[in-house]
Amino acid sequence: MDDYVLVMEDVEAGYEDHRVLKGVSLRVRRGERVVVMGPSGSGKSTLLKTAVLLVKPWKGRIVLDGVEVTARGVDIRKVRAKTGFVFQSYNLFPHMTVLDNIVLPQILVKKVRREEAVKRAHEVLREVGLEGVEHKYPLQLSGGQQQRVAIARALAMDPIIFFLDEPTSALDPELKEEVLNTLEKVAQEGIAMLIVTHELDFAEDVADRIIFMENGVVVEEGEPHKILYNPEKDRTKEFLRSIRRRRLKAEALHS
Amino acid sequence: MGVFEFLVQYMPFIAQGATVTLQLTVFSFALGFTAAMPLVMANLFGVLPVRLVSRSYVEVVRGTPLLVQLFLIYFGLPSIGVKFDAMTASILALGLNSAAYQAEIFRSAIKGIPESQFLAAESLGFTKLQTFRYVVLPQAVRIALPALVNEFVTLIKESALASIIGIVDITRRADYVAAYTFRAFEAYLAAAIIYFVLCYFFSYGARAIEKKTRIPGYKGG
Repeated sequence: MDDYVLVMEDVEAGYEDHRVLKGVSLRVRRGERVVVMGPSGSGKSTLLKTAVLLVKPWKGRIVLDGVEVTARGVDIRKVRAKTGFVFQSYNLFPHMTVLDNIVLPQILVKKVRREEAVKRAHEVLREVGLEGVEHKYPLQLSGGQQQRVAIARALAMDPIIFFLDEPTSALDPELKEEVLNTLEKVAQEGIAMLIVTHELDFAEDVADRIIFMENGVVVEEGEPHKILYNPEKDRTKEFLRSIRRRRLKAEALHS
Repeated sequence: MGVFEFLVQYMPFIAQGATVTLQLTVFSFALGFTAAMPLVMANLFGVLPVRLVSRSYVEVVRGTPLLVQLFLIYFGLPSIGVKFDAMTASILALGLNSAAYQAEIFRSAIKGIPESQFLAAESLGFTKLQTFRYVVLPQAVRIALPALVNEFVTLIKESALASIIGIVDITRRADYVAAYTFRAFEAYLAAAIIYFVLCYFFSYGARAIEKKTRIPGYKGG
């Protein structure tokens, strides 16, 4: 069990009386990079949020870094301190400088001293290729830069698993590229990643495994080459076709 | 004596009441702010009974006249053995009244903060208190600022009620002048001018503060 940084067993979850996850089981090894794909409404985002209990599961078992977080009386905050979460819309704190966005969580949650937190902030900003914006405010940056700050903010906490919820889908193509490059770099670090994305090239380059979801269940999973080029299920094929068609259209429009 | 000469002669005397008016306003605003915080917390994060108490307080205060509240505290409470001097009673009445309005201002400001901010704080492992202190409050204060200034200016004007129980503020001094000269129109005109200048000064100053505290890069509102 300890080889796995995340184990989800038969998890059901949803919002009010709307059931989104209908019994999902999933295991992520330490350092493993898993990409989750599927049409919108299939439960990908809910899957990520449920894994860190941002959405409370109705049923099932979740173990994060050996701690059963669905058990009673577990301090989820201690576990969250070891996970990083990157949202589609960045969710930086707009009233703080870039530096403070990265420094404050370290001080409040990891209880490190300010000097240390600042040093770490500079490190992670260098890592995501953003030096010199420390004293700017998030809304003064481009979407791509904001997302890279969000990645840096999560990295600074030294997570053992990284959750990325469609990190590039709110971005223009050029900005997408810079964020994807950053993520490819981050992926080299050996942090486990669970990434929701429709970027096929990125998935092929980075993922150890791809999971295809639809309608709140896992339809198919396997290594990237198999899922992307030789999927078994019709639904997976159909979905990939529609993504590729959309991409061709976009490229045609661009040239 | 024409209106102008009258104003020149009596305005300084009436204007001296501004110190008292501002004292009343500042202390009751501060009391209102302090009392509003637990009210908002109770309303947004409390368990049901706590939430009901907070909401009832706001509703009752907003649904009854300030003058009646002032009389209740100044004339009513002594009958159960609680006595305040006129200044304390006025600050209590104005402050506890303002608390209800400030609580409403903060409640809607907090509701205006996107859910995604709470999610981000939660995902980073912030406690509820840390989220409130570092993420919610600084943004809510900025959103609330215009309405808070408005509330402050309202208090300047409403503090005139304290003159009824004997506080010698701008209005009370105008009463004196009116009684002494029998020229009520000019006396209260002088008071009105002084109130207007005070209110204008604070609204204007607040606009400057608002500009300064605006979140850099923020394009909305």
